[in-house]
Amino acid sequence: MTRLRELLFPLIAVLCAFAVGALVVLFIGDSPIETYRLLLGSAFSWPDGIGYTLFFATPLIFTGLAVAVALRGGLLNIGAEGQLYIAAFATAWVGITLSNLPSALLIPLCCLAGIAAGAAWAAIPGILKARFGSHEVINTIMLNFIAVALVGYLTQYHYRTAGDPIMESAPISAAAHIPRLGQFVPGLPARIPLNAAFLLALLSCWLVYVLLWKTKWGYEIRATGQNPSAAEYGGVSIRKEIVLTMAISGALAGMVGINEVMGYRYRYYDGFSDNYGFTGIAVALLGRNHPVGVIAAALLFAVLQRGGVPVDAFTQLVSKDIVLILQALVILFVAAEAMFRRGRRGQGAGGRI
Amino acid sequence: MRSILTLSLLFSTIRLATPLVWAAIGGLYSERSGVINIALEGLMLAGAFTAAATTYYTHSPWAGLGSAMLAAAFFAFLLAIVCIRFKANEVVAGTGINILFLGLPAVLSGALFLSSGSTPQLPKDELLPEVAQLSVVSLLALLLVFVTQYVLYRTPFGLRLRSVGENPEAADAAGIRVNRLRYTGVVLSGVLAGIGGAYLSIGQSSLFTRNMTAGRGFIALAALIFGKWRPIQTMLACLLFGFADALTIQMQGVAKLPSGEDVPVQFIQMIPYVVTIVVLAGFIGHSRAPGALGVPYDKES
Repeated sequence: MTRLRELLFPLIAVLCAFAVGALVVLFIGDSPIETYRLLLGSAFSWPDGIGYTLFFATPLIFTGLAVAVALRGGLLNIGAEGQLYIAAFATAWVGITLSNLPSALLIPLCCLAGIAAGAAWAAIPGILKARFGSHEVINTIMLNFIAVALVGYLTQYHYRTAGDPIMESAPISAAAHIPRLGQFVPGLPARIPLNAAFLLALLSCWLVYVLLWKTKWGYEIRATGQNPSAAEYGGVSIRKEIVLTMAISGALAGMVGINEVMGYRYRYYDGFSDNYGFTGIAVALLGRNHPVGVIAAALLFAVLQRGGVPVDAFTQLVSKDIVLILQALVILFVAAEAMFRRGRRGQGAGGRI
Repeated sequence: MRSILTLSLLFSTIRLATPLVWAAIGGLYSERSGVINIALEGLMLAGAFTAAATTYYTHSPWAGLGSAMLAAAFFAFLLAIVCIRFKANEVVAGTGINILFLGLPAVLSGALFLSSGSTPQLPKDELLPEVAQLSVVSLLALLLVFVTQYVLYRTPFGLRLRSVGENPEAADAAGIRVNRLRYTGVVLSGVLAGIGGAYLSIGQSSLFTRNMTAGRGFIALAALIFGKWRPIQTMLACLLFGFADALTIQMQGVAKLPSGEDVPVQFIQMIPYVVTIVVLAGFIGHSRAPGALGVPYDKES
């Protein structure tokens, strides 16, 4: 029964979001049926639809996992956006600086740089909370802006190819490229940027599952999230858990850089993130903070993102920004879940500042 | 020459601080009542878009301003329902509102004006009027701060609002209707953030552009924290952040480092955010949030 409910509420929230979205489309004078047909229908064609949908899902799985792990530990990481920028830059930096190394060394080093940079950037609000009690929400928001300014500065002043009008770094070494799945899957052309990072995303889901539910570390993270004082009474160091949880969360967000830099653009491209960090919040909430749910929710948002393109092109009045509206509505309906529970009290999950 | 530069810097500081003051004081009403308002950014965008679109159709900036207040109040009310009635996580719900207003103005302007996210340019005489080179909205912002100071500390409403934010159980026991005051606080934050947004689109510039707030809602939030949730300090924080912004604009291509390179604007842009983190950590005087901020009030528990 509980399991059924876990499935039912997200489903209801998505349906409500789509219903309100349909009203918006009606209001501006277009056809919701046609819009949704374009939005949902273009993701399943082979190879472009499926290839791009999985490619779009990759960063969302990473950021969804990042937010989910933090929420399991009782922390709200609104900073995945900043963490993934810092991480992507670190990945590119290693790929540019150590360009003499062979692939066998360079690829793991680039990955590690991104993961470590994401973890370190996320550990800052963790340490600030553990040490000074300042709330991670405000600090992660502030660090998002600082991250964007910092990598913008580094790109503009230090790592841009001279004369390049675009805010992007020099290309990384070819030895740091990870393979596109088109090289292995027959019928999938190599122009589709779906790459090995997608497999890494699936692997990360499994690892997060094992970490959270099969190890002592994960048990302590979840115990801290559910009842910090009880966990502390049981001998868990809350301060350590806060920093650890944030670092794991940031490491996961940082893996977005592997997909972006090593598998797609082969350089750092300023402002590349299409709100991945914030969509990750929607993904985690809709996926009930569970790795399997995260995959499902990331796929849904990837389908919408892919569908935004034909909506832009083939409807009279609706633009692809309808996807943002649907995302926002999903977040609001999932957050207001108490709406759907008759006679039940809300979870009261308000975060303290 | 030097004095002209300084005077223009002062004016541009005030201009740039104006939307921050409106949004931050708006946030103050919400947060003092105990509801976190991460949605200031989205509410400002709601106001900015509505103001520009309404002014375009009615040719009256006052109608634009009024409709901006109404629209932002409406969405703040929605936020309040989600947070108070359904006890949603306030940060998550606020994030939802922010994402909504990345999308909604773009979709509406696509349909209304066949553009990709902006409204048509308005003629100069349809913008909010100026007095002595400053928009009336800037002058009213100053008034707002002192009115807020008075309301918060000298009126029964202000006392109740603060008590609901500090200790809702005690307020409830004293016969104050906790959630009604919280609805009022959040809706007020919408009205004021909406004015701040309207100032951006029909005061400072003459059209709405996609995501034109560019993080100002969050800077306003930062100013509110830096100002320790008090009106006058919050205004001073807004002025400081406005000054940093004005300096960035004036320094572009002018000031040089001793090495002869441009001063990277990114470091000046970071100031408000770094300051907030430092203040929140208690390095420069501790900034304490209202006691019950972010805790939904449940009579039964």
